[in-house]
Amino acid sequence: MTDLTPDAAPGRRHGGSLLTLDARTRRRNRAEARFRAYGIGAILIGLLMLVVLVVTIVSRGTGAYTQTFVTLDVELLENKLDKKGTRDIEAIKKVSTFGYTPLINAAFETAAQKAGIETALKPKDQAAILSKSAAAQLRDYVLADPSRIGQTVSFRFLANSRVDGYLKGRVTRESIANDKSISAEQLDFVDQLIAAGMIRKTFNLDFILGSDASDQRPEAAGMGVSMVGSLFMMLVVLVLALPIGVAASIYLEEFAPKNWLTDVIEVNISNLAAVPSIVFGILGLAVFINYMHLPMSAPLVGGLVLTLMTLPTIIISTRASLKSVPPSIRDAALGVGASKMQAVFHHVLPLAAPGILTGTIIGLAQALGETAPLLLIGMVGFIASNPPDGIAAGLLSPNSAMPAQIYEWAKRADPAFYERAWGGIIILLVFLVTMNTLAVILRRRFERRW
Amino acid sequence: MNDMSRVERAVEIKQTKMECRDCHVYYGDTHAIKNVNVDIEDKTVTAFIGPSGCGKSTFLRCLNRMNDTIAGARVEGSFMLDGEDIYDKRVDPVQLRAKVGMVFQKPNPFPKSIYDNVAYGPRIHGLARNRAEMDEIVEKALRRGAIWDEVKDRLDAPGTGLSGGQQQRLCIARAIATEPEVLLMDEPCSALDPIATAQVEELIDELRQNYSVVIVTHSMQQAARVSQKTAFFHLGQLVEFGETGQIFTNPEDPRTESYITGRIG
Ligand SMILES: Nc1ncnc2c1ncn2[C@@H]1O[C@H](COP(=O)(O)OP(=O)(O)OP(=O)(O)O)[C@@H](O)[C@H]1O
Ligand SMILES: [Mg+2]
Repeated sequence: MTDLTPDAAPGRRHGGSLLTLDARTRRRNRAEARFRAYGIGAILIGLLMLVVLVVTIVSRGTGAYTQTFVTLDVELLENKLDKKGTRDIEAIKKVSTFGYTPLINAAFETAAQKAGIETALKPKDQAAILSKSAAAQLRDYVLADPSRIGQTVSFRFLANSRVDGYLKGRVTRESIANDKSISAEQLDFVDQLIAAGMIRKTFNLDFILGSDASDQRPEAAGMGVSMVGSLFMMLVVLVLALPIGVAASIYLEEFAPKNWLTDVIEVNISNLAAVPSIVFGILGLAVFINYMHLPMSAPLVGGLVLTLMTLPTIIISTRASLKSVPPSIRDAALGVGASKMQAVFHHVLPLAAPGILTGTIIGLAQALGETAPLLLIGMVGFIASNPPDGIAAGLLSPNSAMPAQIYEWAKRADPAFYERAWGGIIILLVFLVTMNTLAVILRRRFERRW
Repeated sequence: MNDMSRVERAVEIKQTKMECRDCHVYYGDTHAIKNVNVDIEDKTVTAFIGPSGCGKSTFLRCLNRMNDTIAGARVEGSFMLDGEDIYDKRVDPVQLRAKVGMVFQKPNPFPKSIYDNVAYGPRIHGLARNRAEMDEIVEKALRRGAIWDEVKDRLDAPGTGLSGGQQQRLCIARAIATEPEVLLMDEPCSALDPIATAQVEELIDELRQNYSVVIVTHSMQQAARVSQKTAFFHLGQLVEFGETGQIFTNPEDPRTESYITGRIG
């Protein structure tokens, strides 16, 4: 009984012992084991890629969340800022940022003396380790509170991106051999300041909340304003795409007669979902900007374009979740004399709601990460340096969006921007993961059995 | 109004509630109901019997226009309820279904509380002016559905959490809560145990005092027990229709006889 020959006649099945496997069963078991191995292999490859992705992004992007600051006591000299001593704000405003540089230079000189730092650098070159925004920061401070003139105030200035890179290991003495914006002596000076506790690398909230900065000041660039742009776009998408998409799906799924016209519409909605997003971008350019004369680079236009893009996603997922509501529920409602609309709104829609919400959130998440259509309506390349004041400005004044901002930074030459692009990706991913988690939670929470 | 037979029947004790003439139903190209004529009498239980797929459910659904919701279904013929054509253009199926209620083969409670399941119909038809009246309607319906004692302590629990038989009785309670004049029941006991079945049959007998009931059933015994009239369907045709006693003891058509004795279906 144990020595089953491979060519055992089919009829032998009935006689064999259950304790020995016949050739056919063994072959089937082997095939099953192989398939499981393939499956596990596929999952492992997927996981590996995810790990590589996350590790790369985190290792390259976290640098953007810390920033090097120089702490400095600056004497706000009256004879430079307010020669007449009248504290007249108009007179003080006449002093440009240029007029503040000597104060900073002087501050470095005193600080170096106090800390006993020996350096051959001129005060001007010492001050060059600061960001170019330092003088403006000083001026803003004085204009906000002119009474401080004449006092010595402790400031926290951004170090420039080279110094920041030096602290983060991106910039070394070798790499700056041909760099005109920083010298080895300046790095020595930085080392001395670190020893004196005047240069510190700390967490930088401004990267998350601040605005973008020009090419020369990567250290000051932040995601905040483009984040606001993205949020306004999402607001437009949510307000337009959700009601339109849900209404269209309910009509198509529950009310529309089933004929060739609705078939055509159905096929076209599926096609629309597959249209490359850049096509929606050029459509937005042609219709919203050239024809309707809406402003360039405005989140309103971006939102409209992304609405077009998101609609098919919402319609498809809404219809799928409406379809998954068992017809017996509709019968039950109609059977007690509910109208079609009552059946849909009292019974079908509440059951489909989790699916609809999930679809909407996933659609929004897609829209949030979309860059290509924004390229064509001018939201890429725009330097989002001023946060909008108010909702109208938020919708209509030019802005950027998170993915556009990331693309913009990745494009710029300075490696300091490159680090910020990775940092921006972390913020974007946090948003996307949050939204997807929300979708999963909503689905779990409102899922009902029937 | 259009028919002599009505005048004749008026002489009988029971009035005709629904009158169906020359009825045909098509699902696309499938001819599911072929030239059926049936009178549903008031205060009577009419049973539809016949082998699976013969069109009992289809015909039943014609009586409250539930076939309207099936794409591709086409209904021909005249269906009169109290002398009014229910397929008339002016008839709103919603009003019709309030008068002709339905209990489905598969229990289909709403995924809401037991209370809301029963209260839904009365609520959309505005049958209660306040919460107290609604409570009364719900209790009465649940009592008549023979399920009150089992659920009175958990009216807020979901209707879907009940057992299959309890769900079906809940559905019956839901259907009678709107006080329909005709109650259509498509195999209402197929999910019930003998005790619950007996309760439902008792309920049907009680409903007969006020309404007419049409019941589709695969159980010959049930048809014999609860109905006064029986219609035997076969392959979309109405083979025989008459007094239940006569159909079961002395069928005219050989096909009816074979079915009842268990030789077809
Ligand atoms: N929605 C539909 N679309 C197409 N054909 C249908 C549909 N519903 C029923 N039919 C067909 O119509 C015929 C009658 O079906 P029906 O459901 O009325 O049978 P039945 O007598 O109720 O059977 P059962 O006792 O199994 O419930 C069957 O041949 C069935 O295939
Ligand atoms: Mg049936």
